[in-house]
Amino acid sequence: MQQTLAQKIIARAAGLKYVTPGEVVTANVDLAMIHDSGGPRRVAPILRDLGVGLWNKDKVFLVSDHFVPGDTEEASAILALTRDWARETGVRFLDGQGICHVVLPESGQLQPGMFAVGGDSHSPTGGAMGAFMFGIGATEMAGVLATGEIWVKVPETILIEWTGRLCDGLMAKDIMLALCGKLGMDGGKYQAVEYTGDAIKSLSMQERMTLANMTAELGGQTGLIAPDGVTTDFLRSVGGDIPNISGLYSDTQAPVLEHYLFDATSLAPQVAAPHSPANAMPASDAENTSIDVAYVGACTGAKYEDLKAAARILKGRRVSDGVELLVAPSSKRDQDRAAEDGIMAIFEAAGAKVLPNACGICAGYGTQRLAADVTCISSTARNFKGRMGDVTSQVWLGSPLTVAAAAVVGHIIDPREMLL
Amino acid sequence: MSGRIFLFGDDIDTDQLAPGQYMRGGIEALAAHCLEATRPAFSVDVQPGDIIVAGRNFGTGSSREQAVEALLYLQVAGVVALSFAGIFYRNAVNLGLPVLIAPSIDGAKDGDKASLQLTSSVLNLSDKNNDIALEPMPKNLQEIIESGGLVQYLKKRLAV
Repeated sequence: MQQTLAQKIIARAAGLKYVTPGEVVTANVDLAMIHDSGGPRRVAPILRDLGVGLWNKDKVFLVSDHFVPGDTEEASAILALTRDWARETGVRFLDGQGICHVVLPESGQLQPGMFAVGGDSHSPTGGAMGAFMFGIGATEMAGVLATGEIWVKVPETILIEWTGRLCDGLMAKDIMLALCGKLGMDGGKYQAVEYTGDAIKSLSMQERMTLANMTAELGGQTGLIAPDGVTTDFLRSVGGDIPNISGLYSDTQAPVLEHYLFDATSLAPQVAAPHSPANAMPASDAENTSIDVAYVGACTGAKYEDLKAAARILKGRRVSDGVELLVAPSSKRDQDRAAEDGIMAIFEAAGAKVLPNACGICAGYGTQRLAADVTCISSTARNFKGRMGDVTSQVWLGSPLTVAAAAVVGHIIDPREMLL
Repeated sequence: MSGRIFLFGDDIDTDQLAPGQYMRGGIEALAAHCLEATRPAFSVDVQPGDIIVAGRNFGTGSSREQAVEALLYLQVAGVVALSFAGIFYRNAVNLGLPVLIAPSIDGAKDGDKASLQLTSSVLNLSDKNNDIALEPMPKNLQEIIESGGLVQYLKKRLAV
């Protein structure tokens, strides 16, 4: 029987030979990721109430990122609770190392073919590794932590194929914003979205992560990219086990719900207007929009390769007068790498302010938020009204290249005009 | 129980339901800001038993359960929408908030008196001719909601 990658992974996790879309099965979870917001402070009371412990502490990854750096009394109390719980339970804990969706793959523990859950909507990021990973709320997470199981309605697969190759100056973020514009924020129909085609295959692992991450903005349950040499090379680079990836692909005749075909070669840099990622348009169509803040941040916009891309524009240039450029590298590891390569020095020379390795302004949980009437261009995933600051703030989304270019000229611009 | 309809558009997101700025505090403080970005006085105006009627993709965005919890705290009777975002839907069931899919919401007017029937899957409107038949929720999910959420449901089952 011809099956999609999603079906193959679920069938294996459910102990079945094959599964059919629409069927509800109970599957064993290979890995569960939680963070300081939806994690211990929410799940521990439920587990206590039920009088149960963890099914397997070695399969639970806890990350502190939403309330880092703990800049209020409440936030630091949440971090303290998180650390106490980590000590009590002995789960794997990455404290202050960066954003969960980035530090988990960096740990090398998330492997292709895994069936994994995360207590965060951007958990489909794991699909870049070829893992079926999806976001759940704290109550369901408590159930997973107690039993190691979760029910899932086997999704249909929506195949999104990008042929050709991205031009210089284009990134995975441009592909994703274009997709949000074309398909809408519910285009993924809470099904499995699988990205394929030459343009996808030629993306690096961190670029694939950007794409899979924003499956959340497409409304998909998970976003998958079939593992290949890029995947195994990445795992080697982070010291993870090198998996056997044979069979981890969608069979060519497996039925899919929809099959979209797009040409990457003709794609222009995209921005999304306030207040939805679905408000996508070519950056050149928004060129008169002046900006006050440029933000390079979040799991989907400040990884090593995002920083490197922004630095290409910033090198030898200064941020425009009246514009504030903020950079919050996604992880400590990525920031250290960027520092070694002189990338962080370029940011600093351009006048950028460096913020902690955390969710920062993207989540909007801390004290640093956008002020009233501020217009911001951001390399993050969501520009919902009021998310990053005051309800009157206006957030545009763009790739790190587009954000850096806007920071230098003070308004939105097609970054290709500024590539050296 | 009957109440009034609060009508919303498409893509009502979790940052509107549970603004990040208030996520570090308790549910009371958070609920006071529920939906204020779209409807500033919502948390003050809404009364127990009132019903949210919305367009497509209600609850899009984050996995934060507080998006559901805030509505429960304000004693909203349920949400009727053209469609729901996947994680929000699961969270609503798990916390015991009725969430029902309507094929159309054309007959529903903001402020109109209405009552939501979970078991018979109907949104009764003041003008009976406009009653909206809803997609029935699967029986097992209805049971979880009627128990007050997954934890209560499991406790009940484990006690038997």
